[in-house]
Amino acid sequence: MSVPPSPDEGLTPAQLAAKYNLSVSGARPGFGEYVRQLWGRRHFIMAFSSAKLAAQYSQAKLGQLWQVATPLLNALVYFLIFGLILKAGRGMSTDVYIPFLVTGIFVFTFTQSSVMAGVRAISGNLGLVRALHFPRASLPISFSLQQLQQLLYSMIVLLVIIMAFGNFPTWSWLLVLPALVLQFMFNTGLAMIMARMGAKTPDLAQLMPFVMRTWMYASGVMFSIPEMLDKHSPLVADILQWNPAAVYMDLIRFALIDGYGADKLPPHVWLAALLWAVVVGVLGFVYFWKAEERYGRG
Amino acid sequence: MAEDKNQGRVPTVIADDVHIVYRVHTGGGGKGGATAALNRILRGKKAEEGRGVRKVHAVRGVSFTAYRGEAIGLIGSNGSGKSTLLRAIAGLLPAESGKVYTDGQPSLLGVNAALMNDLTGERNVILGGLAMGMSREQIRERYQGIVDFSGINEKGDFITLPMRTYSSGMAARLRFSIAAAKDHDVLMIDEALATGDRKFQIRSEERIRELRKEAGTVFLVSHSNKSIRDTCDRVLWLEKGELLMDGPTEEVVKAYEKETGK
Repeated sequence: MSVPPSPDEGLTPAQLAAKYNLSVSGARPGFGEYVRQLWGRRHFIMAFSSAKLAAQYSQAKLGQLWQVATPLLNALVYFLIFGLILKAGRGMSTDVYIPFLVTGIFVFTFTQSSVMAGVRAISGNLGLVRALHFPRASLPISFSLQQLQQLLYSMIVLLVIIMAFGNFPTWSWLLVLPALVLQFMFNTGLAMIMARMGAKTPDLAQLMPFVMRTWMYASGVMFSIPEMLDKHSPLVADILQWNPAAVYMDLIRFALIDGYGADKLPPHVWLAALLWAVVVGVLGFVYFWKAEERYGRG
Repeated sequence: MAEDKNQGRVPTVIADDVHIVYRVHTGGGGKGGATAALNRILRGKKAEEGRGVRKVHAVRGVSFTAYRGEAIGLIGSNGSGKSTLLRAIAGLLPAESGKVYTDGQPSLLGVNAALMNDLTGERNVILGGLAMGMSREQIRERYQGIVDFSGINEKGDFITLPMRTYSSGMAARLRFSIAAAKDHDVLMIDEALATGDRKFQIRSEERIRELRKEAGTVFLVSHSNKSIRDTCDRVLWLEKGELLMDGPTEEVVKAYEKETGK
């Protein structure tokens, strides 16, 4: 081609790029910019999570009814094993134990499925990550949001069960809302940590079910921690009670169940719930953002 | 601005010695199943190959500068790194070394991965649009256009049925219509032309030409030398991840045809 020599002749690619204000493709945006981009994608995050939720049971004949039926069946199985066979409800009457157990299962499942979805958020959606541009944090956030919506369906079942055992709506039920908001923050942070780790090591998806099950049994989902452990080793009981899963479960039980009073909760439990949410939420987000430009590599 | 001093040749994409390496988890690695894998772990081989990770060096040191208004074709045999290079330009695949500088956000034509087969076509149009970064308002404005362009509703009210009930041709048409609904600064098309029936192909080629007019720079990957000749004025020839030739379409395509014996 007969292009006359241009003033750009002899510039290195980097100098040329600087001259025309080109930016490095695929570079990680600054933190503020990243948050702004993420906010710009809020509609996508919402649409993606509810689409995932709707797609879940679209092949089943009963359709969306499974959103409610699945947690109900889950609760039934746990009640059969822990309530009737193992009698894990020591220190509680049946009236308290069944709501206690069901609340525990639903609330823990919320964290558990957020973590599991988080592990596969990047590694299970490489097609999406390699085809389109969006702040990658949209994926783990969207999956946690899907779990939150799932939990709201479970809450319908939960409220029915709780009322069936003689707990009627009081003002304290409203405490469920702040507790769930805090738990959602905590879950999302954790999901983002897991998403980054799972993107690097997909094997985590195989390992996590065992970790989560251990966590579940250690968090007093089906038994009361102080009741079972205080006499043997108060220190272990304290540590277990301060773990975030136990904290959020206890708060929601306290809010909903009449026979589960403040005496069953560790001191400063709201502060603990807040700290877990803020620390894990913020750390998880920053940790995830730090590897933003590396997601999608094989 | 620098533009007039420079005969209007404003660079939009600069690739500077780009290398791309894929890491592929092959599961067990070379031979054997679980026991062999365990053996490797116990012996503690440090090399990544030992854990069943293989490196694929897909693009090796490619450099070029693309200017505004150019339509650039990428040719080369299967597995020569064309699609990989496009993804690197789009910033979707991080480069192992070297850098890609771009003006604005280059986008790849395609939304397949964001769509869900269990959802209705209607919901997929919205989801796909949002995934590409359109606003809800833009989608509402263009919704009818997308549906009409895809021709999905020509044979009845299919847009309200789940996408899994579509024939493969219908699904491909809807996907293309969604993808082509957005305007782009730097647009990359990866053999998207070969979808649908003859009538739809003509319509989509027309749309691609429109997109070219709106976009600053267009990259097109294709194995059809005809469509490269029709649409591009410059061609990059990649082979085994290396840039073999870079020049005006006719020159490069001729050399390529000679090499491939056509």
